[in-house]
Amino acid sequence: MDLFLRALPLFAMALPITLFLGTSSFIFGSVLGMLVALMRLSGVTLLRWGAFAYVSIFRGTPLLVQILLVYFGLPRLGIVLNPLASAILALTLFSASYLSENFRSGILAVEKGQWEAAATLGMSRIKTFTRIIMPQALRIATPTVGSRLIALMKDTSLASTVTVVELTRVAEQVGAASFRYLDMFLMAGVIYWTINQLLTVLQMIIEDRLSRHM
Amino acid sequence: MTSTDQDLVCVSNLTKRFGDLEVLKGIDFSVRAGEVVVIVGPSGSGKTTLLRSLNFLEMPTSGSVSVCGVEAVFEGGKCISPHAARLFRDIRSKTAMVFQSFNLFPHMTALQNVIEGLVSVKNVKRPEAADEGKRLLTLMGLMDKIDVYPSRLSGGQKQRVAIARSLAMKPEVMLFDEPTSALDPELRGEVLAVMRDIAKSGTTMIVVTHEMQFARDIADQVVFMDNGVIVETNPPERFFGASENMRVRAFLNGIA
Repeated sequence: MDLFLRALPLFAMALPITLFLGTSSFIFGSVLGMLVALMRLSGVTLLRWGAFAYVSIFRGTPLLVQILLVYFGLPRLGIVLNPLASAILALTLFSASYLSENFRSGILAVEKGQWEAAATLGMSRIKTFTRIIMPQALRIATPTVGSRLIALMKDTSLASTVTVVELTRVAEQVGAASFRYLDMFLMAGVIYWTINQLLTVLQMIIEDRLSRHM
Repeated sequence: MTSTDQDLVCVSNLTKRFGDLEVLKGIDFSVRAGEVVVIVGPSGSGKTTLLRSLNFLEMPTSGSVSVCGVEAVFEGGKCISPHAARLFRDIRSKTAMVFQSFNLFPHMTALQNVIEGLVSVKNVKRPEAADEGKRLLTLMGLMDKIDVYPSRLSGGQKQRVAIARSLAMKPEVMLFDEPTSALDPELRGEVLAVMRDIAKSGTTMIVVTHEMQFARDIADQVVFMDNGVIVETNPPERFFGASENMRVRAFLNGIA
């Protein structure tokens, strides 16, 4: 119990870091992922290939390797990022590769007739995309995008390897100091699980709202 | 076929191939302002492809399409007229299409569906567009469905919203692609009734349909297509009464 009380303030400090890592890389990853999805769907061969290569690289290599490469590799190129920024960059690049595929499948799942109806009204491609296709594609993609956010929250634990003091790092440090690894990692596990249960509920609410009229 | 000043739509020597399959084999076809042209024919005869070529939902392989004097010429499956993209937008803005499967925007209410083109293409202010949208939906007998989403509408109601959406754009020509084929028999009447009203108002219409009674009552010209060619074009009295063409007779006997 005393260990629990001792660890609590440390976890309380680490929790916002974990949430920040997860949400910021999810937001940046979504923007980048949408861009990659559009490139993949574009008529320009070079853009399509670029997107294909991007997904192939960042989905095809372990996140841990990517984090270590960003943290230890970029300084070689003269780019020095602090641990937190390195972790966010790596998590963003990694999640964008998966999210781009989620968005792409959502866009492709919108009926062809929707594009046609917009075209016959004389809508431009950009207007068609933003006003007609996107709202429907996002609704279709919500379950898989939600899963990706949950996976990303757990993936933030790898930031501990580059000394970011998030939940897993705290568990490790307090565990090392007290030799009670089991208790500490169990606590960390419960916290991750709780975050993700809340995210699951949030996803259900959003899904419900978006499919109200379907 | 030579185009005259009265021709609103003029198609000449139009072909369309899907791979090895030649769906349209040199179509010449024209529609004058205010005319109602009904295209009939067996499945796979190319009726829908012809209609969809008029607003470039299908890209013709060769030939030309002209609407209100704006002409797009095709060769080798591509438009060879300069500024093709602008040309397509121009012609699309002069035409409107009603689809067999409605294609309403599911995330918008009936009214939002109707005014979407006005707001995002014609840049009409939202309140003004809403007034026009309500007027059209009332005309369609849907004043109580203004704020209803498509998922809560019957097929006939959906199609009437789609027709209102097309009318809102004030097109020169209305294109109907089998507008009642996806509807249960008891819902067809309400859609055909509004189409009759539109025809009577003098709107130019090109209608692909299997509704022979509608063709008989409303059409100025009936175009019969078979196997990628136009076999016969005649006023309905002639077409239904005294066509001498064997294929036409076989078709009419088959569906009667």
